[in-house]
Amino acid sequence: MKLNVNSEDREFDGDPNMPLLWVLRDHLNLSGTKFGCGIAQCGACTVHLNGKAARSCSVPAAEAQGMKIRTIEGVSAGHPLLVAWVKHDVPQCGYCQSGQIMQAAALLDEKPKPTDTDIDAAMSGNICRCGTYRRIKAAIKDAAGVA
Amino acid sequence: MSERKFEEEAQRPKVFTRRRLVLGGSLLGGALVVGYAATNFGAIAAGALSIGARAADPGAFGPFIKIDETGWVTVVNRYQEMGQGSHAGLAAIVAEELDADWEMVRFETAPANAAVYRDATLGIQGTGASQAIAGSWDQLRQAGAAARAMFVQAFARKWVLPVESIGVRNGVVYHSASQRSETFADLLADAAKITPPEHPKLKDPKDYRLIGTEIVRRKDSQSKSSGTELYTQDVRLPNMLVAMVAHPPHFGGKVGRADMAAARKVPGVVDVFEIASGVAVVAQDTWSACLGRNALKVEWDDAKAETRSSDALRALYREIAKGKTDVTGSAFQTKGKVDDAFDGELFEASFDFPYLAHAPMEPMNCVASVDGRRVKLTFAAQVQTVDQINCALAAITLPGMVEIETLPAGGSFGRRGTLTSDYIVECVNIARHVGGGRPVKLVWTREDDMSSGYYRPMAHHMVSIKCGEGGLPLAWRHNIVSQAIVPFGANELPTHGVKNSPYLSVASVVDGKIFTPKLGVPPGLWRSVGNSQSAMVMEHTVDQLARRAKRDPAEYRRAIFTKVGDVRKLAVLDLVCKKAGWGSPLDAGWARGLAVHECFGTVVAQVAEVSVLGENLRVRRVVCAVDCGIAIAPNQIAAQIEGGVCFGLGAALYGRITLDNGTPQETNFDAYRVLRMDEAPAVEVHIVPSKKTPTGIGEPGVPPIAPAVANALLSLTGRPTSSLPFVI
Repeated sequence: MKLNVNSEDREFDGDPNMPLLWVLRDHLNLSGTKFGCGIAQCGACTVHLNGKAARSCSVPAAEAQGMKIRTIEGVSAGHPLLVAWVKHDVPQCGYCQSGQIMQAAALLDEKPKPTDTDIDAAMSGNICRCGTYRRIKAAIKDAAGVA
Repeated sequence: MSERKFEEEAQRPKVFTRRRLVLGGSLLGGALVVGYAATNFGAIAAGALSIGARAADPGAFGPFIKIDETGWVTVVNRYQEMGQGSHAGLAAIVAEELDADWEMVRFETAPANAAVYRDATLGIQGTGASQAIAGSWDQLRQAGAAARAMFVQAFARKWVLPVESIGVRNGVVYHSASQRSETFADLLADAAKITPPEHPKLKDPKDYRLIGTEIVRRKDSQSKSSGTELYTQDVRLPNMLVAMVAHPPHFGGKVGRADMAAARKVPGVVDVFEIASGVAVVAQDTWSACLGRNALKVEWDDAKAETRSSDALRALYREIAKGKTDVTGSAFQTKGKVDDAFDGELFEASFDFPYLAHAPMEPMNCVASVDGRRVKLTFAAQVQTVDQINCALAAITLPGMVEIETLPAGGSFGRRGTLTSDYIVECVNIARHVGGGRPVKLVWTREDDMSSGYYRPMAHHMVSIKCGEGGLPLAWRHNIVSQAIVPFGANELPTHGVKNSPYLSVASVVDGKIFTPKLGVPPGLWRSVGNSQSAMVMEHTVDQLARRAKRDPAEYRRAIFTKVGDVRKLAVLDLVCKKAGWGSPLDAGWARGLAVHECFGTVVAQVAEVSVLGENLRVRRVVCAVDCGIAIAPNQIAAQIEGGVCFGLGAALYGRITLDNGTPQETNFDAYRVLRMDEAPAVEVHIVPSKKTPTGIGEPGVPPIAPAVANALLSLTGRPTSSLPFVI
């Protein structure tokens, strides 16, 4: 099958039931998308499917066919969220952060000036065991230019 | 004995692991580690451990500093980067003495070599007890200052100038009078030829330009934000196989009969075989390994398995604490004459703590290859020396022939510091079976990780206190029930935070005992170790004592700290009260709770603002005061305290592993609830100025939050808390 990842058509001929997460990681060599729980409870594997945040651990490859898949590798180095993440030294262990950024990017695409409540609502599906939540929130607001 | 030297305590072998091979490793590992740390033959034993290792070239500036011809300064970090960011502080210590340009300083992780990279306090190469900064302060200042002196000397010789007239700033060596200057890069070849001075002059702290400033920031934010950081899970090597293991559902269970036929037929599965810890499936990729494992049919042998449930264990622990079982207590602190000290009216309280999983975001994993006697490991090693010994035993080789490339960990919280090296040995066993030096990546699912044990152990504390004048403790009896956290020595770790606490110091009679039951569930080191339980017991008890005496909790503590001369606790208490507005009015329905606790040499006070609306407990703000000696990296100190509060708060609110018939019931984040963004309080961190040797920051932020919340609840509802988690 063909998968459109970060605006590029990629070939995948494995099990169509394989979760998109493992297609990305094991077959397309895109390891920025992380495995955390496997049951869509932690958000470490968050990618965009047609612009919406989705948990790639719970989306079979076949289902992602024909959709525009965007991963952390498709986020440009100058993206305001990436810049803000570094400015605020958000990461600790860092393992959840690509999922956090993908979730935040989907939020800002939908709501460019989110309120605290919007941020809580959008981000509470993404776990950070290091507890960087407040810095994540500060970085999102910084990137969005809201106080 | 220092509370940090947990490796020293290896005398009494303990049997509690469910993996026989692993157990053998831990015994010898413990004994060896003890042998050299306790007898002070560190260098000799570490040398012996390194037999078979490839020779390391320390370079002109020693094993901790590398400088290249482009002027980049690389600081070699012997500690694991698991999120705590100690690399920033370590790099700053070197850069400060070296007068390097911070923008041209980076770090790399040291190879496993105890002879060169062991931590003096831990006695091994490993990361724990918040030791990185404390254990490196003198050594890295010396190394940085020596390297600086070499550049100065090289410049002086080249231009025939007196050494005293030469300065260094931001990686540039200069002579003001002649307006000559050269960079480290320019001088590198000459400087490398200079013999490093044995006793280089260290900076006066008043001249620090880097240490204690906001310039000191972690160096990995870019790679960790952009998804380019390489974790164990991301390792891809030529010809690599991926392995998953079907583990026994019960601790102490083993494989009875395994039908592997269906698993072998799964496309992508390369081999299926039994190992000591279960049935291994190796495959071409992760998904095939997963499907292969699902296709296994295993009958488990539970003859020796742990089959008790949490409720039964809790009841048993209470009986043990009362001395009603055959588990006898051993004294951890005694003072004065017990006689009639506990006659009359007593304050009595007891506390139950559940098992807790670490649940780092990256489940345990490891990459290993075994080629004859050479073992190569690529993973987030936390206790390299211990892992080398355990893996050498598994692969029948020498510890020095176990090469480890340490990667950053996607969290650990102590799980990767497990002293049996459980999952690492499992990976080595699989790689050994595969053979030929073919790399194998062992992948644990979240369920594997969360049901694997090495939990913060279940515990029960029981206190009986007689108070005297002003309501201050006069006699303190304290019984602790907890499994031994490390498999050797006296069961000391659960007493941390109780033993020698100021509240015991102020009493004239102390009767402290620890009871050590044996269970089939392997306990482990969990961020802040015994402190996360003892802080709850001590600080919540003290608040109740203050209220009984009709005294303000802060004022009551101040009286005790003053009486015993604990000036550091006094300082953090005063600072936290000032910053939190202690005593000032709050919105209706909100209350403040206070806790002060010392953990691994760092003192932290926290004031939490808490409300209860129906069933809904909210913590909106936590004000913290910290004394960690000289503050090297204030931004990272704040980050660790912010994170520690969230980690400790999530555990206190929701954390528990429940055993049903011996089997963990919470195996993923759907059932094992953790703190999420909408529940994360605003955390303010204030640092007490200090000229003392720096102490650690990775763990001390965790312990005070549970009692701070409990004390606020006490203030709101009048009801004390006697078990965690708060929310059931």
